[in-house]
Amino acid sequence: MRYLPLTSDDRAEMLAVIGAPDIEALFEDAPAKARAKIDLPAHQGEIEVERRLSALASRNRPAGAGPFFCGAGAYRHHVPASVDHLIQRSEFLTSYTPYQPEISQGTLQVLFEFQTQVAELTGLPVANASLYDGSTAAAEAVLMAARITRRSKAILAGGLHPHYAETIRTLVHGVGVEVVRRPLAVDAEADASGLGEDVACVVVQNPNLFGTVTDLKPLADKVHAAGALLVVVVTEAVSLGLLQSPGAMGADIVAAEGQSIGNALSFGGPYVGLFAAREPFLRQMPGRLCGETVDGEGRRGFVLTLSAREQHIRREKATSNICTNSGLCALAFSIHLSLLGGEGLRRLALLNHEAARRLKAALDEVPGVEVLTPRFFNEIAVRLPAPAAPLVEAMAAEGVIAGVPVSRLDPEAGMDDVLLLAATELTIPEDIQALKGALTKVLA
Amino acid sequence: MNMIAVGRPTRPEPVGPDASDPRGLVRDEPLIFELGGWSKTGVDLPEAELDAKDLGDLACAGPVALPGLSEPEALRHYVRLSQKNHAIDLALYPLGSCTMKHNPRLNEKAARLPGLADIHPLQPASTVQGALELMGELSHWLMTLTGMPAVALSPKAGAQGELCGLLAMRAAHEARGDARHRVLIPVSAHGTNPATAALAGYAVEEIGQTDDGHVDLKDLEAKLGPDVAAVMITNPNTCGLFERDIVEIARLTHTAGAYLYCDGANFNAIVGRVRPGDLGVDAMHINLHKTFSTPHGGGGPGAGPVVFSEALAPFAPAPRVVQADGGWRLEEHGRGFGRLCAFHGQMGMFVRALAYMLSHGGDGLAQVSGDAVLSANYLKARLEDLLTPAFEGRCMHEALFDDAWLEGTGATTLDVAKALIDEGFHPMTMYFPLVVRGAMLIEPTETEPKAELDRFVDALRAIAERAKAGQAEELKAAPRRAPLARLDETLAARKPRLRWTEESA
Repeated sequence: MRYLPLTSDDRAEMLAVIGAPDIEALFEDAPAKARAKIDLPAHQGEIEVERRLSALASRNRPAGAGPFFCGAGAYRHHVPASVDHLIQRSEFLTSYTPYQPEISQGTLQVLFEFQTQVAELTGLPVANASLYDGSTAAAEAVLMAARITRRSKAILAGGLHPHYAETIRTLVHGVGVEVVRRPLAVDAEADASGLGEDVACVVVQNPNLFGTVTDLKPLADKVHAAGALLVVVVTEAVSLGLLQSPGAMGADIVAAEGQSIGNALSFGGPYVGLFAAREPFLRQMPGRLCGETVDGEGRRGFVLTLSAREQHIRREKATSNICTNSGLCALAFSIHLSLLGGEGLRRLALLNHEAARRLKAALDEVPGVEVLTPRFFNEIAVRLPAPAAPLVEAMAAEGVIAGVPVSRLDPEAGMDDVLLLAATELTIPEDIQALKGALTKVLA
Repeated sequence: MNMIAVGRPTRPEPVGPDASDPRGLVRDEPLIFELGGWSKTGVDLPEAELDAKDLGDLACAGPVALPGLSEPEALRHYVRLSQKNHAIDLALYPLGSCTMKHNPRLNEKAARLPGLADIHPLQPASTVQGALELMGELSHWLMTLTGMPAVALSPKAGAQGELCGLLAMRAAHEARGDARHRVLIPVSAHGTNPATAALAGYAVEEIGQTDDGHVDLKDLEAKLGPDVAAVMITNPNTCGLFERDIVEIARLTHTAGAYLYCDGANFNAIVGRVRPGDLGVDAMHINLHKTFSTPHGGGGPGAGPVVFSEALAPFAPAPRVVQADGGWRLEEHGRGFGRLCAFHGQMGMFVRALAYMLSHGGDGLAQVSGDAVLSANYLKARLEDLLTPAFEGRCMHEALFDDAWLEGTGATTLDVAKALIDEGFHPMTMYFPLVVRGAMLIEPTETEPKAELDRFVDALRAIAERAKAGQAEELKAAPRRAPLARLDETLAARKPRLRWTEESA
């Protein structure tokens, strides 16, 4: 077998050193009844395995194969070729958590740079070394807000992605945080109702599920006046290149999905959770933190630090149970962002916004279609004269992946006729024309 | 001196003591903030024709203050940084409990096929039938290998898998009106176990360990009661031993109305040979980044699918992939205890893990665990006369030593670990499990050639002999051949500097 270097001679020699008759003898502590032969196909060569996986891949319609408008928390963007090359460097790909800093400075310096980039993007002073994804980062933000305020209620705004809301509800239920989820709404981020003394935080998404962009300053003031924290969720990281940063608008904690920068769609994962907060909350942060220090000879170096917050030290009193995070996706994010720079990111964001404006203009011309989103970055919601779920299947048959029906995310929302569409720098005018044509045809 | 035709020496001149210092190749590398330009970019994008005036004050006036690098500068920066890392592809990486095995590149290639990498999690089901079938096939392999009837693929990593398991147990208890508040965990467990139990809302109580490194059945029996929701064990345990009383542990647990969770971090030791479902386990996560070789990536991403027993299957979370009417679809709502993350889990890892399973097949996977256990026992046998094994007898996939052998030498486990760096190896896991003083947990995995195992043994034996010969001071100065010497972790924690700022430059 190509991945196993030991030969039968090696095995015989090693067994002799151990003093065991055969390998089976090394498993004698396992009960015999659990050692049944397992019925699975035999090993295969690279040719056969590649053929099988290619066959599975060929039965999917890639985003890049034609007009494509899905967003809703995962976005199709261009990733420079050098990013994927660099993250496949053996030294990045096949290393693990930098527990031994002397021989992990590559990963550690990347994490330090990543933390700085995330802090700049979110407009907050400190960021961690990544969490699993945006949704779990949002749940960690709620848990952190509850620890800081010693309060136990979280209000989720009506524009929060339903998967994020469900994830938060699931992950905070155990420790007794009550979640109040407002009904889905296109433009209700300003709603500051219900801010009682038991509220730890308000969670808002910007741009929200429907693409709506909101000035969060007035909300932040009211949340702070009530002694609560404002958690801002960002699912489209490219928007941070153009919009006011959450930190500048008064966010205390930002939980963001970083997939848009450097990472493939990959059917939903792996992605990278960005997590940033105000400085006083540093010791309540979840996950790993990389810090600057010096070595024995006074040279600058980096280490994992403040680990007394973490599970391997603090066990049941840790700030989170996370161990493995999204290191390689964070690397991809950081490389792509280093290539873009602030200027490149702004240019990229403007191209996204432009594509969405063109998309909106085209949809405005389709009879019976009403654009709902009042102010948007690169995503808009429309009301259709028919249910959206069967429509996207019909559109797929026409070769157009038209977007995400809200009913798929939340069947109870009473928004069966609402469709979410995103446009990015990869959306060309021909795609928009194809969408308009197919939509007109399917609705007729 | 031998000279070749062009007159270059073929043998180096004698050199001083610092000759092996690698810094000739490993350069000091500035931060991107010291290297890049504020208006520089490595991505050529057209300028947008439309502006963002429609956004008014919602847009900021100028770009975010982030430096850019041209492509050649970026390549050099990251390649230079990469050279400061140790990696499996360079040498043995025997980090116990982490299963640092070879990462096949076929798996990387497969994960990058446009039909698998460039698909959106919310595309219509009719356009992703291959992806859903792949998830179904992976599920089949995981259920067959563990002998368990249900699986949740979505957990993002092992720790989230643990939470998935405990939340299903909580839901099962709540469904029968039997609220419980305690979880029992052995003292030797990974830190994630108690941290997860706390996150799931349970009080944690420790179960003791016998002198030979196993769960103390008497202690377990004494602590079990109507308030215990779950017993969380690791098998093989973190001492590298198979819990031979596992069937009795399961019986006691079930008799008390609790469920048995198994931390599957060490599944590599038994994959293809022993089915946890036959041992009475109710839920177990499987770290695809350990047993099924998806790359560790400098800290992640991982994936932690959870298999369930019949009793817990109805409580598995959304989403589930199901086959019906000749096609595949996703159940994204209803049933189960909720949702662990947006979308459907770590698809990129599913592709790699399935490629790995298909490559090995059922027969190859049995050889994987066989060789992993053989290699660990070989290391143990070759080291036990000089080092002190924490427990007598054979081990499973990792060999555990304590620091009794260092007594009186002045050297510590940390010194031995750092000295290994100078010999070109990543150190073993140190000071874990907590139940063994100065623990050194060595997991070689099945992908090491015998010559590499021998090289490691020779290096560790030489270090041990130096320690015993009174050369502790030398070991304390290690590493000398790494890009940096030992780092000041106290300073890092006392005055945290977690980001670059202009003032700090």
